[in-house]
Amino acid sequence: MSEQLAVPLTGWGKPTPLSLFRLAISRIATMSLVEVQKLRHDRTELFTRAIQPALWLIIFGETFTRLRAIPTGHIPYIDYLAPGIIAQSALFIAIFYGIQVIWERDAGVLAKLMVTPTPRIALVTGKAFAASIRALIQALVVLILAALLGVALTDNPLKLLGMVALVSLGSCFFCCLSITIAGLALTHDRLMGIGQAITMPLFFGSSALYPINLMPDWLRFFNLINPLGYEVDGLRGLLIGTPAQLGLDFGVLALASIFMISIASALLVRLAR
Amino acid sequence: MTTRTVPPAVRVTGVRHRFGDTVAVDGVDFDVAAGMVFGLLGPNGAGKTTTLRMITTLLPAPPGTIEVFGLDVARHKLAVRRLIGYVPQRLSADGALTGWENVALFARLYDVPRARRRQVVDTALESVGLVDVAGRTASTYSGGMIRRLELAQALVNAPRLLMLDEPTIGLDPIARTSVWERILEVRANTGMTVLVTTHYMDEADQYCDRIALMHHGRIRAMGTPAELKASVDPDATLDDVFRAVTGDELRSSPGERMRDVRATRRTAHRLG
Repeated sequence: MSEQLAVPLTGWGKPTPLSLFRLAISRIATMSLVEVQKLRHDRTELFTRAIQPALWLIIFGETFTRLRAIPTGHIPYIDYLAPGIIAQSALFIAIFYGIQVIWERDAGVLAKLMVTPTPRIALVTGKAFAASIRALIQALVVLILAALLGVALTDNPLKLLGMVALVSLGSCFFCCLSITIAGLALTHDRLMGIGQAITMPLFFGSSALYPINLMPDWLRFFNLINPLGYEVDGLRGLLIGTPAQLGLDFGVLALASIFMISIASALLVRLAR
Repeated sequence: MTTRTVPPAVRVTGVRHRFGDTVAVDGVDFDVAAGMVFGLLGPNGAGKTTTLRMITTLLPAPPGTIEVFGLDVARHKLAVRRLIGYVPQRLSADGALTGWENVALFARLYDVPRARRRQVVDTALESVGLVDVAGRTASTYSGGMIRRLELAQALVNAPRLLMLDEPTIGLDPIARTSVWERILEVRANTGMTVLVTTHYMDEADQYCDRIALMHHGRIRAMGTPAELKASVDPDATLDDVFRAVTGDELRSSPGERMRDVRATRRTAHRLG
């Protein structure tokens, strides 16, 4: 072991906005690496999680494309659906991330992480963006499946990079929402119940499955305040070239993520007690 | 010429903590001198873990009541965290990661520079005798190996204060001895201070330089093991001391919550 023990340094106790930003980036990299390491050791989750989006695309997408029951203009329904399924699979992964945080609380891992020199906000940011690693892998699976099913997806690297950013922001928001619920619910069972209760309304209350102009007014309003709606709109614009308000989509998701990171950071302390 | 007083590793003054209506810690005062192995001894629910968690910054402490190497824990949380290593009571190594990855995670979280990281992780694993199994996932480790792995995680930033919460709970006697040998070895090499909670009287007697006996959230006696035993009877054991200072009370401690008991049993169960 090193003979040199840790000594206090000037400025350790006072994080500046710049040092906090650097710490957040460092913790995002660290937590993301941990996710990659875990997936490398056990790949079963990658396959099991791929089943649901595959079913949506292959069964729901193919069937409704043939039925022509949902009017999507000149775009085949399966093309219209694919970006929605990417957003949906990212949502389903992120919304239950709080269960992992509660497990970490029960196992003592969370306490140990919170005793490292990491401000709560940097820890939550790190975890939230690390959660998007799994979502991005799912997005890749959906993209490959969609391409195999003949969906006309973009091959523009900048647009694909935009998709990565949008999925990451969406995952970050819903992951922090899940940590927030975990901080309030405090148990697996309650979090599972609340997660299941809100997942479907978020999904059906977005334009993932059908265009906004087919929605009743109250559902349109819900879509307006639903971050998933912005994620779907942006993904559709980037991947299949439908008209989208990309600036608004990115802006809303970024602001919503910052807001939810702050709330989740404040509630993380409750989990550690 | 000015003389500079060296602050104690830990100074706790009049600390209290409640969980709802339950008083877990009720006016605790003690100092831990630098370089010492200090034991907080007492039954489940005595307030040991709550006290330790306040020192680690996990639980809030009022300003000025807890200092670590002269730093106020309430005001300088991040600076204090740089100085400490912490092993919680529950088994906290991540079974989905290898031993090496578990330690490397904490090297990154303590901002060990990339150029030194590999060497620091290897050295930490070597100090707890886990180099040969570092490539295996922690889920394949025995209870004693997991405890040593957690020790390596806590040592990776060369802490000045190592805090261990019931480090040998649920371990067999050989594994208990092995964990303590590693702790004392690292302490001898580095001069770090060790603050440990335990309810094993024999361990406290054998390995601690100084002991505080806690019961119902208060410190009932404090001193070296020899002093405490001599205060009761020349042939007394620490069990006798404990009975003498607590009046042999059998009622359960008010600070003991179901969650704590469940966690203790879960840890013991996982360790086999």
